[in-house]
Parts: sequence; C-alpha cells; structure tokens
Amino acid sequence: MSDALTIPTGPHASRGRVWLHALTEREEQGFGQSHSVLFADAPLGDIDARFIAVVPDPANRFPRARQGEVGLEQGWALANIVRQTIDAHRGGDERRRPIVAVVDVVGQAYGRREELMGIHLACAAAANAYAQARLAGHPVIALIVGHAMSGAFLAHGYQANRIVALDAPDVLIHAMGQAAAARITRRTVEQLAELGNRIPPMSYDIRNYAKLGLLDSLIEGVDADAPDAAAVQQVRKVLAGTLDSIRQDGVRDLSARYRSKEAQTTRAASIEVRKRLAEQW
Amino acid sequence: MNAQTDWKGFLARRSFIELDARERTIALLDAGSFREIVGPFDRLKSPWLPMQGIVAQADDGVVIARGTIDGEPAVVAAIESAYQGGSMGEVSGAKIAGALELALRDNENGIRTRAVLLLETGGVRLQEANLGLAAIAEIHAAIVALRRHVPVVGVIGGMVGCFGGMSLAAALCSYLIVTREARLGMNGPEVIEQEAGIEEIDSSDRALIWSLIGGEQRTRLGMVDALVEDDATQIAKQVRTTFALGIPKAYRCEALDTYLTRIGEVDTSKQLTGVQLATLWGNKGDSK
Repeated sequence: MSDALTIPTGPHASRGRVWLHALTEREEQGFGQSHSVLFADAPLGDIDARFIAVVPDPANRFPRARQGEVGLEQGWALANIVRQTIDAHRGGDERRRPIVAVVDVVGQAYGRREELMGIHLACAAAANAYAQARLAGHPVIALIVGHAMSGAFLAHGYQANRIVALDAPDVLIHAMGQAAAARITRRTVEQLAELGNRIPPMSYDIRNYAKLGLLDSLIEGVDADAPDAAAVQQVRKVLAGTLDSIRQDGVRDLSARYRSKEAQTTRAASIEVRKRLAEQW
Repeated sequence: MNAQTDWKGFLARRSFIELDARERTIALLDAGSFREIVGPFDRLKSPWLPMQGIVAQADDGVVIARGTIDGEPAVVAAIESAYQGGSMGEVSGAKIAGALELALRDNENGIRTRAVLLLETGGVRLQEANLGLAAIAEIHAAIVALRRHVPVVGVIGGMVGCFGGMSLAAALCSYLIVTREARLGMNGPEVIEQEAGIEEIDSSDRALIWSLIGGEQRTRLGMVDALVEDDATQIAKQVRTTFALGIPKAYRCEALDTYLTRIGEVDTSKQLTGVQLATLWGNKGDSK
C-alpha cells in the first residue's frame, strides 16, 4: 500500500466514493447504467470481499436522487449487486464471500416519481438481498463513514451481521434529517440537539448511537474525508477482525444487537418485551 | 364504488377500518381463538416518551394476538393507528419483531405458526428515532427469515396507510392485501411536500395522493396481491385464501430484471399519472 492515496475530489467526491476507493484500490464498477451505486471486489483478510457504496450522481435522470440518496435505481441496483455475490458462490467452497456496505447515504429519495414507481419496493429489494446474503452465510458488515439516514440505511447496511462506524465529525445515524425532524415534531433544531444529549435514541451523534448497543465498534482517530494510509490500514484491520468474529459465532440473525453489553441497559425494554412474549407465547 | 356494487352487501358489511387494532385481530382469527399476549396489563410502555412529556400507552400501540387461522396456529400483530399515528417505537417495534422471531422458532421446531401483520403506520416514531429504526430493521430481518417456512401475510386496511420503514416491511411480506382506502408509500405526501415543494406534490390533494399510492393503483401496477372491500368478513376470508396459496414461487422484491426494465422505460423528464404508468407498464398485474 503506497502512502500517496488517490483520493477522488471535485463535485463527485463523497465519503462513500473515497472509502470504497481507499479500501479496494480498484477501479469501481457501476451497475448497468447507474453511476450512483459502485462496487469493487478486493481482499479483506484472507479472502476477497465485495465492497459496495452509494455515491452522488449529479446527472442522474431522477432529479430527486442526485445527491447520494437511495432511490428507485439505487435500491434495485443494490439488490442486483448483492444478488450477484450470492449467485456467484460455488458449491463445495465453505467460505462465502463477505460483503461490506460502505455507508454514506443522505436518505431515501423524496419525490413523486419515486412513490409512484414504488421506492418502498426498491428499498425492500435491497434490504431483502442483504438479509438473504446474511442468511446464506455471507458475512455482511456495514461500515458507516458518513450519513446513515433513515430508509436509505434500512436499504443499505441495516441488515448486516455487524455495524462498525468511524468516530468522526458528520458521521450521523438517524431516522430523519435534523431540519425535517424538527418541523415534524414541532421543535427547533437546537431543542432536538439538546434532547439528543439527554435521550440517546434521539441523538444524531455517533457516540450516543454507540450507547444503544447496536454498534460493534467505533473506529477512532480517523479523518473520514481524507484518510491517510495508516487510517485505511486501521479500518481494514477492524473489518478483518469483524469478519473473524462473524465467522466464529456463526449467528446469522441480528440477535447480537440486543445481546451486547450496552443493550442490557439502553435496550432493556426490547429485551423485556422478547422475554415476556416467550413466556406468554 | 361503481355500478356493479352490491349495495345490500355493502350496507350489511362490517367496516374493518372502523375497528381498532384489537378488534381487527379478533376479526381475523378463528372465532373464539383470540388470546392477547404482552397486552396492556403487562404495562410495557415506552421508556422514552415520558422523558419528553408525552403520555405512554400501556400497550405502546401494538396488539400481539395468538390464536388460529383455519385451525392452524397463528400470530397476528396489529398496529393501532390512533396512538401516535401507529408509529414504531422501541417497545411496539420489539413486540412485532419478537412475535415474528417466536413464529420462526416454532417453524424451526416443526410447528407451522403463521403470521399476519396489520400495517397501519407512519413509520418510525421520531421521539424514539434510532431505536424505532433499529426495531424496523429487526422486523425486516424476521419477515425474511420466517417467510421461508410459512407465508407472512400483510394487510393494509386504511385509513392511515403504511409508510416509512414499515412500507419496506409490507413489500417483504409473502403476500399483501389492501383496500381501496389503503395507501402504501415510503415517504408520506406531507414530508415530500415539505422536502421537495408543493410543485412536486400537493399533499392536500387527496385524489392525487390516492391516484399515486392508493390501494387500487398499487393493484394496477401489480405491487400487491389482493384488493378487497373495507369489510371485516371479506378480509378475514381473503387472509385464509391467501394462506392456502402456500409459500410463493417468487417474490416481488426479487423481481430484479422486471423492475429495472420497467423503471428504465419511464421518461423521467415529466411526471406521469398513475394511469399513465399503469398503461406504460402494461397493467401487468401481479409480477409474481
């Protein structure tokens, strides 16, 4: 690995593109006509993994899906790219190819065309493909390098065996953009931020998100916009360690998310609900 | 209502929409088989709403009912739209995800527990934001895992409709039943208008909204499996007919070539009406 990384810059730059390129050092491919969903296969630990990112596409023919949103084309493209990985598996080989969702998605595309043509189905197709990959035994990791917003995160990343994130400014996870959430809950953005500090699930901040027990690891001291070789190496190491841990426990569902230490306090209600359901079933 | 409407039948019907979540589960299960679990007396409420000065309801707006459908063991999860817009918080989300996980465990142990989801929801409860979103991801995971064993049937009765991350849950179900009053979309019209402007969508134009995402339009495009009247008896019957189909041979959310081609055919320089899109896509009906 050379010290001089070629970091894509200019109007097409995005953390998704930066990290996809840095982690794979490969020429990314688009799916079909789409320039907004890119993937590359590159080594991770002892095996080749498929890395996938959604990136801005200023000339996209869907005007509401030009800034890195997951829209109709992106949802179906993600589903295809993940599906290819599942279908490419040869019988006899016990190890399934890992999939790394490099997550920097500003949200789902909010538009009339999207609703009419079924963006819910496109996003479901992507979530379904990731879930099918996980159930088939492909280790799936979500690496959050920027925004992981709402339905876009459900489509691209939230079905992963493990979620890891960079501890860096503007790494955000939430159900709705701050401005829109403030309007809908009739609060100011400042009130929302204050609530987030007091009430962890309301927070946009990655450190508060880490308290929920949903995150497998938080990677500190990395420049998310312009990673140097050491940072890329550090992230690769975390991904390889995460891959090992997925293989070791062999669990293919999402139960790790409420078995974690943090979840015992923050998601106590999620755990209690499941306990009582089982008792009364 | 068109000229063929059976008015006697229409007047004699029992509206499904007018039933609350608990009554809807009773209407769907075999007579006398309803048993609610983790109900209001368990008092598992949202831990997060009182911190924000909002009164928490004792069932968090979701009813989980055990019983039978056509004599087979079943679980019905119903969202109460009258409470917080049917939004998914930590507890309500965990109730649905947990119920589906137990149905999966049953199936893995040879007990063919079937699942019905009554989806009446605006999506994530913003006051519980990330824990609501996480619960929805767990619901998605559980539907995909369970439907390999036994059909998961979704019903959108109306009038709230099914939005946000739960619209993905609807699309992941083995089968989807809707009424004309139902709406199925990812982003609510109000949110789109707020984010993209009134020239994109006028959320107060009800005729427009239903022409884009209403039950009838979703049926024209083949995005649902059955369109039914707002009639509890008919819906209960349709749920049974649907389970009798068994596990589908193919899933709509896996019709990758079909939808990429369809979307590729659309001229995105203009806004199409629902009827125009249905014509372009050839009124294909079910894509399964």
